[in-house]
Amino acid sequence: MSDPVNDLLGEEEVAIEATLNGRPLKRRVKARQHLADFLRQELELTGTHLGCEHGICGACTVLIDGRTARGCLTLAAQISGKTVDTIEGLTESGKLAELQAEFIARNAAQCGFCSSGMLLTAYELVSSGKMVSRIDIREFISGNMCRCTGYHAIVDAVEAVIVGQGKT
Amino acid sequence: MKARNFRYIRPASLKHAYRILAESGGDAVPVAGGQSLLAGLNMRLSAPKLLVDIGDLKELTGQSNADGTMRLGALTRHAELLHSELVKKHVPLLVRAAAHIGHVAIRNRGTLGGSLAYADPAAELPACAVALGATLVLGNLKGERDVEAEDFFKGLFETDLKPGELIVAVKFPVMQAGTSIGFAELARRQGDFALVGLAAVATMQRDRIGNARLAYFGCVDRAKVAQSVSAAVAGLTTPLADGAAFEAAIRADLAPDDMAGLRADTKLHMATVLTRRVLNSLSERAAA
Repeated sequence: MSDPVNDLLGEEEVAIEATLNGRPLKRRVKARQHLADFLRQELELTGTHLGCEHGICGACTVLIDGRTARGCLTLAAQISGKTVDTIEGLTESGKLAELQAEFIARNAAQCGFCSSGMLLTAYELVSSGKMVSRIDIREFISGNMCRCTGYHAIVDAVEAVIVGQGKT
Repeated sequence: MKARNFRYIRPASLKHAYRILAESGGDAVPVAGGQSLLAGLNMRLSAPKLLVDIGDLKELTGQSNADGTMRLGALTRHAELLHSELVKKHVPLLVRAAAHIGHVAIRNRGTLGGSLAYADPAAELPACAVALGATLVLGNLKGERDVEAEDFFKGLFETDLKPGELIVAVKFPVMQAGTSIGFAELARRQGDFALVGLAAVATMQRDRIGNARLAYFGCVDRAKVAQSVSAAVAGLTTPLADGAAFEAAIRADLAPDDMAGLRADTKLHMATVLTRRVLNSLSERAAA
């Protein structure tokens, strides 16, 4: 019996070649699978979180070619030929170490659900090298929702890294 | 919150993309940044059979300025609008508007052509294109045609794009001496959809408004010139203390619906306040 809603599910695949966390990645991916599901379900990189799955909450933030992107609004198929970095890779390489230390020092992570996305967005800001105000920091992280820690401590942590950069 | 199945093709050239779109008989949907489309697919608001990824086509990129026209490729990302020196100098309205589009991660991926093709009446760029009098370059297998932004937007998510057609580029008239731009929007939070927004282009003689083109978003059915308001504000001298001179015109041009937590008459009041703010900002921003 044909089922008009579900007949087509999960059939189409696409071959991709990309760079993930500094290493080459060659896979066949489901055409309809978004990047965050691919990372979590196929590669077991579960540091990329999923909240809303329609681009509002920012929990699924990853870097594509060095810029933040929504993992839920990008197809796994779309990363072919591109460089993707996740919380796992950037932690391993030490690129997030300063931000992570400040987040810990200021209790800027309570439940931790938003933290990976928050850290990646903050990383894009601090690596731009710009001296920015607290208002600018708030605007920059406005696409990452936190529902328990509170933004104040997060802004404190990001500001501390930016101020620290200015001194070196 | 998972998309239905579809086929995915990334064509190697624009011509290849045109051919796939032409042969698909209307079942194919182009995707570039995907920042609106993929949210809709995840929510199953649409279920196309084929996604044609035009996001890497070189033919749809680029910025050039010649003969009083700034041409921006359809794949110009919102983040590029914010950081391009050419855009800042020649089409500063787009820089003002881009800051209000979603959030950083959205602006890194979303594209100019995508925003116009999606034709959300709450989006910033369609209103800017109309206020600026931009021209869209549309292409398909047979060639290209130019369409004025005012004629392009037909209704809620409806445009003049025919099946198989893509937006190739957008041509904006560069800002002339004596003209000024204004832009503002009211949203509940940073990055949210505008409840009421306004893009304005006007000629200014000192503090006196000459010809004006105003386009609202978030409170209209489609991007269009607000004819009554544009006519009503011509000749006014800024700063304006209130909205008396154009309040009736706003009621003539805008027909917002009641929505949960926000009545239509509140939206009209917000539009009046916002219009006064934008008009009062015009004299500060007149081009040298």
